[in-house]
Amino acid sequence: MAINSIIDKLGGLATQAATDSERFVEGVNRLAENAESLAKQADTLAAQAAAMSAQAAPAAASHGGFVFFFTVFVLAVFVGYYVVWNVTPALHSPLMSVTNAISSVIIVGALIAAGPAGISLSKVFGFIAVTLASVNIFGGFIVTQRMLHMFKKKK
Amino acid sequence: MSANLSAFAYLIASILFILALRGLSSPTTARQGNLFGIIGMVIAIATTLANPEVIAYSWIIGGVLLGGTAGTVIALRIQMTALPQLVAAFHSLVGLAAVWVAAAAFYAPEAYGIGTSGNIPAASLIEMSVGTAIGAITFTGSIIAFGKLQALISGKPLVFPGQHFVNLALGILLVALIVWLVRGQADVTFWAIVLVSLVLGVLIIVPIGGADMPVVISMLNSYSGWAACGIGFTLANSALVITGALVGSSGAILSYIMCKGMNRSFFSVILGGFGGVTAGAAADLGDRTVKSGSAADAAFIMENAASVIIVPGYGMAVAQAQHALKEMADALQGRGVKVRYAIHPVAGRMPGHMNVLLAEARVPYDDVLELEEINRDFSSTDVAFVIGANDVTNPAAKTDTSSPIYGMPVLDVENARTVLFVKRSLASGYAGVDNPLFYRDNTMMLFGDAKAMCEDIIKALE
Repeated sequence: MAINSIIDKLGGLATQAATDSERFVEGVNRLAENAESLAKQADTLAAQAAAMSAQAAPAAASHGGFVFFFTVFVLAVFVGYYVVWNVTPALHSPLMSVTNAISSVIIVGALIAAGPAGISLSKVFGFIAVTLASVNIFGGFIVTQRMLHMFKKKK
Repeated sequence: MSANLSAFAYLIASILFILALRGLSSPTTARQGNLFGIIGMVIAIATTLANPEVIAYSWIIGGVLLGGTAGTVIALRIQMTALPQLVAAFHSLVGLAAVWVAAAAFYAPEAYGIGTSGNIPAASLIEMSVGTAIGAITFTGSIIAFGKLQALISGKPLVFPGQHFVNLALGILLVALIVWLVRGQADVTFWAIVLVSLVLGVLIIVPIGGADMPVVISMLNSYSGWAACGIGFTLANSALVITGALVGSSGAILSYIMCKGMNRSFFSVILGGFGGVTAGAAADLGDRTVKSGSAADAAFIMENAASVIIVPGYGMAVAQAQHALKEMADALQGRGVKVRYAIHPVAGRMPGHMNVLLAEARVPYDDVLELEEINRDFSSTDVAFVIGANDVTNPAAKTDTSSPIYGMPVLDVENARTVLFVKRSLASGYAGVDNPLFYRDNTMMLFGDAKAMCEDIIKALE
């Protein structure tokens, strides 16, 4: 009797332990599931963040780009100001023709448009711009050289 | 070529361009400066050609050959007297090239890394529009300036009622169109910007008279620089931004110097209408008798002088008299006469025009002096020989407050013992102002063509 009741109790304990352990495993599983879904959420968040930063990146770059080029621009205006005031008035005509020639450096934009393979509208525009700028580059530098060759010192 | 490497190469090109301008501080370093400019351009172009985007060279070579040949032929053939027209024409080409580059960037933004067609960032669109607008204004403005200088259209200012209002309205429309372009990104809006700017360019320049051409030409020089700058911002190219800024500030400084030379505010030049009507309020000059002389008289006076200052003006350029003038000066120098030249800042039709013409006639540049350098020497000079200049010698600018040119710095030729004034008739100058100098006791008018007069004087000297 006593043994039987002990065995029963033990059995009860055992079943309890079993159910406990089942519950434990269940809990762990649930935890794992939660963790998994959390991880998934984290992933999507990360992906979203990445997407957002990817969207933000060009904007940031172009914004920083503008400030950078604006800085360059302002400094170049200052350089131009001091350099041009130093130009002797006798050479103001060559100054105009040489600035004309160097402003044709706009050809770099035209070359990129005229460069790709195949034919497109922008390539035609690029070709026109290359031609126009070339007139200026050659014409401007040559006429400047012609003028400067005339300026002679007294013998 | 990597992006960093090309950015570095563009920097070198920009520095070479700065050195090109720096060289112009003296005639001895100027030619070297021009060489720097050419090297800079070669570097900029080579760097761009090494860009991975550029793979097809046939169109590029074609364009460069076509344009290069045309430019070379024009530059080698042009007469130095026609220099202002040439420079105006070249400005127009820079403006037009800027428009086409902007159009190319608008239609193929991918090639320039500024988004995709129809999806270009607002900042790039604004930079592009500004470059396009200034470019188009420069184009038509320079064409009009060219027409006026080449005498294809009247040099007289063209004014009509409500002119400034129309310009203002077009300016506002331009801003509205740029906003519209940013919002809609439509092709039509882009071309509308081009069209409005082209019209604006014409309207800005037509009211400006022939006398103000030195300012106009400098101003358009400046505009062409700013246009290049605008495109430089769009393409994120430092060489373009730097060069555009250099050219823009150079033109602005020249405009300022020209305005100061005429005692006119930049704003009043832009508003235009100057140099058309003859000023009615000419001072009463008594009996207004004019003493005129012959080439032989002039030869006699100059031959016996110790020093002569020659004052050339645009009339000398028109008559192509610079070579005959140099010959005359040589003949005088051979007789021991000290001969120098005085240049007013606005003599001629562009800054420094007279200096180039005299250099062409092989006058040494040390004999050619600026207004501030030589103005005091007139009082100790025997003869002032004015050839083809008028308004820049007008003493009314110093005394007559009612004169339209009052306050303009002038050459004090009347302080010389004798003034010889070569002129075709007694007509007034470009400013439409009578010159009291003609009626002074120490002035002798030499009526005739500038070149023929110099040749006659040379004959009389022999």
